Amino acid sequence: MATITLKPFKTPELIIECNNITPDAFAGKTPAEIAELEIFEGKVREKLGDFFSVTGSSGKTAAETDILIDGDCSRVKYIGSKMTAGTITVNGNADMYVGGWMKGGKIHVKGNVDSFCGIAMEGGEIEVDGNAGNYVGCAYRGDWRGMRGGTIHIHGNAGNDIGTFMLGGTIIIDKNAFIHVSTHAEGGTVVIKGDVEGRVGGQMVKGDIYVFGNVQYMLPGFKEIDRVRKEIAGESATFRQYIGDLGERHPKSKGKEIYANLYVKASA
Amino acid sequence: MAEILIKNGFVIDPSRKINGDVMDVAIKDDKIVEKVGSGAKVIDAKGKVVMAGAVDVHAHVAGPKVNAGRLMRPEDKLFKSPDAQEHYRMEMGFSIPSTFKTGYDYARMGYAFVMEAAMPPLHSPHVHEEIHDTPIIDEAALPVFANNWFVMEYLKNNEIDNAAAYVAWIIAATKGYGIKLVNPGGTAAWAWGLNCLGINDPVPFYDITPAEIITGLIKTNEYLGLPHSVHIHQNSLGDPGNYTVTLDSLKLAEGVKARNKFGRDSVMHSTHIQFHSYGGDSWANFESKAKEVMEYVNTQKNITVDLGCVTLDETTTMTADGPFEHHLNNLNHLKWANVDVELETAAGVVPYVYDKNIKVCGIQWAIGLELGLYAKDPMRTFITTDHPNAGPFIRYPRIIKWLMSQKAREATLDTFKYKDKVIDATNIHGMDRELTLYEVAQMTRTGPAKALGLSHMYGGLSAGLDANVGVFDLNVKNMPSDPEMIEKALLRASWFIKSGQIVVKDGEITGHGNKRTVWVNAKVKANPQVTRDINEKFLKNYTVGIGNYPVWDALAPNPLVIDIDAEA
Ligand SMILES: [Zn+2]
Repeated sequence: MATITLKPFKTPELIIECNNITPDAFAGKTPAEIAELEIFEGKVREKLGDFFSVTGSSGKTAAETDILIDGDCSRVKYIGSKMTAGTITVNGNADMYVGGWMKGGKIHVKGNVDSFCGIAMEGGEIEVDGNAGNYVGCAYRGDWRGMRGGTIHIHGNAGNDIGTFMLGGTIIIDKNAFIHVSTHAEGGTVVIKGDVEGRVGGQMVKGDIYVFGNVQYMLPGFKEIDRVRKEIAGESATFRQYIGDLGERHPKSKGKEIYANLYVKASA
Repeated sequence: MAEILIKNGFVIDPSRKINGDVMDVAIKDDKIVEKVGSGAKVIDAKGKVVMAGAVDVHAHVAGPKVNAGRLMRPEDKLFKSPDAQEHYRMEMGFSIPSTFKTGYDYARMGYAFVMEAAMPPLHSPHVHEEIHDTPIIDEAALPVFANNWFVMEYLKNNEIDNAAAYVAWIIAATKGYGIKLVNPGGTAAWAWGLNCLGINDPVPFYDITPAEIITGLIKTNEYLGLPHSVHIHQNSLGDPGNYTVTLDSLKLAEGVKARNKFGRDSVMHSTHIQFHSYGGDSWANFESKAKEVMEYVNTQKNITVDLGCVTLDETTTMTADGPFEHHLNNLNHLKWANVDVELETAAGVVPYVYDKNIKVCGIQWAIGLELGLYAKDPMRTFITTDHPNAGPFIRYPRIIKWLMSQKAREATLDTFKYKDKVIDATNIHGMDRELTLYEVAQMTRTGPAKALGLSHMYGGLSAGLDANVGVFDLNVKNMPSDPEMIEKALLRASWFIKSGQIVVKDGEITGHGNKRTVWVNAKVKANPQVTRDINEKFLKNYTVGIGNYPVWDALAPNPLVIDIDAEA
């Protein structure tokens, strides 16, 4: 493996859009060539090297390329967008759209991420040590094709609209989440280790949600059917099982109607 | 503006039966002329094709339902919009492009005129605001009539003179162009949650049938002598087995003669006929009836059609056929917008993915092309996608590629997951007709200009016509063996001159042109009954006052008005 290190040296006046910070774009390029890659500051085209020093070496392919961003990226959007392989590590915070449309590889953000982390992700892994903003693993605005695969693990809290239109993959939030979980989902798994305020599984057709803490306001479209013992995200517990959203359409599989499942940990 | 001489190109101009002769085309100001002086700007078109600006007979490019599509589909812009460019406006979207992208992309393909195919009269100010915001191309819009309360009441009693007075008033008030029918009676029935799937199904509450509405509006159109014929989207669009309904309604034109001063011979334009040429009685045994429909059209000289080809893209369907969009939404469970337009019409919008891995989509693709290949008269058969319903207009060059190349058709067929089933349900496989560029020019230029009654301005390169000229990088004496080159050349003109201004060079926009709004002002003799009816309905039924209804002149600041005196 070969590592390219980016060190931010200038705070952009506007937030910069860096779809090119990916192992795919860096692979096979020298640091000087990487510094020439195009980024946008508003509608103005700039170069990566205008904001980051570039050192180290890249691998031949994306899979052989590691990227280390040694500093704060609070004003850098689209890190790891559409990446297919390799790794990115951010020693700090990152702005919106980390790992958006990602297909493979791994991103590790040691600070917080802003909204739209893992939007429409298809594969790979995102790990965030801090908190996430809104729209973790959601679909693009208006789109009905959300996250399809891969794993997003947020060690802190997350905001609203997690896993909107989710079709596959796994999202784990270690602490609390706000509202709207797996809205319109037709697959995938969301695990929330802490509390959620409400609107969990609205218009959900298929898929699973696990909540280890409280759901403060349950949606009326979910019906309790069972108590089950389950192991998920490294923890085993007894859950109250709900099915829903009863107000949505219910496709059939082998003659049986399909529902989404909401598992809420039973109080001891 | 000044003089331009386009030298030594292969000129294809079906209006004068010129097929690839090496000639010059001269332009002075905004008109084509016989010759220009030695100071004219010279464009070297050697080895390239020179054709008149193209004419799109049917597309949904402006107005409330197009904008509803834009609002409900932000994802249509994602990864499909070019980055900011230096001298020109941002371009956004794919199936429902922004107004600027619409004008730019049509110009890049050498289009001079586009007909907005369905204008809800009540919302005509919005239609004109968008038309005005769309650069370069000339546009007109067809107000919809076939579900309008006035029209149904007059036609029920066979009052053609009253229907004509009302239609003339609406066309002038909305700065419209002609008479559009969408699912006659069916959209009115939709207000009751119903539909009219056959042309003899009575329209609830109105005691009239779709057949009577169609016949009555054909008579009205010829009474007024409008430049275009009635323009009809038949009943039962998109349903398996609907080709019999299509043939039934086409037969309503039999024996009717065109009456107009614009050189138009047709009395009915049947639009996006691909959606109306379906056999079978379910999606399981769905099949092509393109041959049956086109064989009839071939024999009827007073009918024109446009294809409405499926392009195998993710797109946005939108139509004044409100019940159809509800039906479609029940099939694909995506987003649905629905609107009722008071006494006039309705509309719906639903995104749709024409997926080559779905059998039905493959059959629809084949039907559109079969219709083009079975057509015996390219002067009466026009290339469209019913943009954006069967695909976006930027695919016209791709459709032309398919129509001109069996190799390209078979290559696409080979990518289908259910190729064998598509072949079983269609005739496309093995059809060896390959259209010529001359026939394509008839289908995209001379033919539609004639059907719209606009041959005096568009569709040819004779002296006196508007100076709309495209130059394309195709050598007619040595056409490329790779069909992709045809699509590439037609997608981005080497040069496009619109109304005498160079607006495209090497496929890129170089100017915003001189966009015009074309509309028809038909004069009929004063009709006190119709005037009274209009005033009464505005007082009783409309949510707006009559004074706020007509499109004010500022919304069409560069008009081209066609005056008609129906009494003369
Ligand atoms: Zn249409």
